[in-house]
Amino acid sequence: MHFTQTELQRYSRQISLPEFGLEGQRRLAGSRVLIVGLGGLGSPVAMYLAAAGTGAIGLVDFDRVDTANLHRQLLFRTSDVGERKVEVTDRVLREINPHINVTRYSERLTATNAAAIVEPWDLVVDGTDNFSTRYLVNDICVRLGKRNVFASVLRFGGQLSVLCAPDGPCYRCIFPEPPPAGSVPSCAEAGVLGVLPGLLGMLQATEAIKVLTGVGSPLVGRLLLVDALTMSFREMRLKRRPGCPACGTHSLPELIDYDAFCGVPAPKPRVAAEHPGPGKVGRLTAASLHQWRQDGVAPRLIDVREEWEHELVHLPGDTLIPLGTLGRAHTQLDPAVPLVLYCHHGMRSLSAAQFLVERGFREVWNLEGGIDAWSEEVDSSFPRY
Amino acid sequence: MNVRVLLFASYAEAVGSDSLQLELPSTARVGDVLTEVRRRISRDVPPSPMMARNAEYAELDELIHEGDEVAIIPPVAGG
Repeated sequence: MHFTQTELQRYSRQISLPEFGLEGQRRLAGSRVLIVGLGGLGSPVAMYLAAAGTGAIGLVDFDRVDTANLHRQLLFRTSDVGERKVEVTDRVLREINPHINVTRYSERLTATNAAAIVEPWDLVVDGTDNFSTRYLVNDICVRLGKRNVFASVLRFGGQLSVLCAPDGPCYRCIFPEPPPAGSVPSCAEAGVLGVLPGLLGMLQATEAIKVLTGVGSPLVGRLLLVDALTMSFREMRLKRRPGCPACGTHSLPELIDYDAFCGVPAPKPRVAAEHPGPGKVGRLTAASLHQWRQDGVAPRLIDVREEWEHELVHLPGDTLIPLGTLGRAHTQLDPAVPLVLYCHHGMRSLSAAQFLVERGFREVWNLEGGIDAWSEEVDSSFPRY
Repeated sequence: MNVRVLLFASYAEAVGSDSLQLELPSTARVGDVLTEVRRRISRDVPPSPMMARNAEYAELDELIHEGDEVAIIPPVAGG
């Protein structure tokens, strides 16, 4: 591995560390890290690993930037709302460091694709936000022999460990069974202090760099518990459990259906709606849209109302394109990408949807009853006007 | 015997404190601490948290001793 003068200059402050040195920089440049989940944890991990000169970074996330992400996911800006996370992250990482390679996986990690996605990488960073994917990440790391730099957060607390190292424990050694669905709230339900995932994410990035370069003693066989309220850091020693079905007895036959294992209801197909067709606008109820959003299958959302209406109340993650500007703005939209259009009561969005469908947009849904129906049927905290 | 219990995440929230003192019979095991704490909680919390005795992973059938510190660490999944 040969570095240019610019690269040497860029990394000089860490190359000058005797423990790190040129050798550490070379190892990092030859490393491939997969980051699963570009949320509060994954986004700082991605930025620090890119800046440090990690040779190749893989990004897995199916989601788009939502306004509710912005208080903790500093990689994303207000103007990124509605964009695909992997695309924004890719762009930002290249700006941070043009000397690295970035690979994008704009999809959900599943039992079907996990082996193919994880296989080419040296190390996995688990920045996911649900138990199903955490158990999946663990099991595939055990199977493929990849170390898993794990962290998770909720409210004011976090957990961190380097799992699946040779002779070290895996996630199932600590938590053999997932908790019953609903007994552990998500950050969306219970909240999270904005800076906390940043703190844990930076600890994750630190551990990833240590594992990859061989510098220091990684957090193997130890679980770090962080409490921001009292600002205490405690450590629990872990054991590799001989009876662990993943890394002990290897009795897990194949990757399983993790949603079922974790008691998560299977994502429902898009129902209670009339499908769009060629030249035909799809009809969608507020309740169905709500379900799609919960299931993570909702298409991109466009508000065609005026700016003041959008300011008054809007659905998180949407993009504002007032009806009057659609004639110009539609050329910026990809006709192949499914869209849901909404307005106040569903009339303006219907004419906007017809306009798009006539111009070859393949899948356009109209939210019937508009945001008013959302206030009435889904969330009464949405102000009506 | 007297045992100090450290509580994390949902267990700390459900108890309303991040630690408590328990008086247990001398034959008590790690699982008895969990049972006793869960008896005091009315909320739905993960039934199988990680247990640690003196800052080390512990199985439920492990005996505890006077002055031990037992920790209850439920999983969290947020990211």
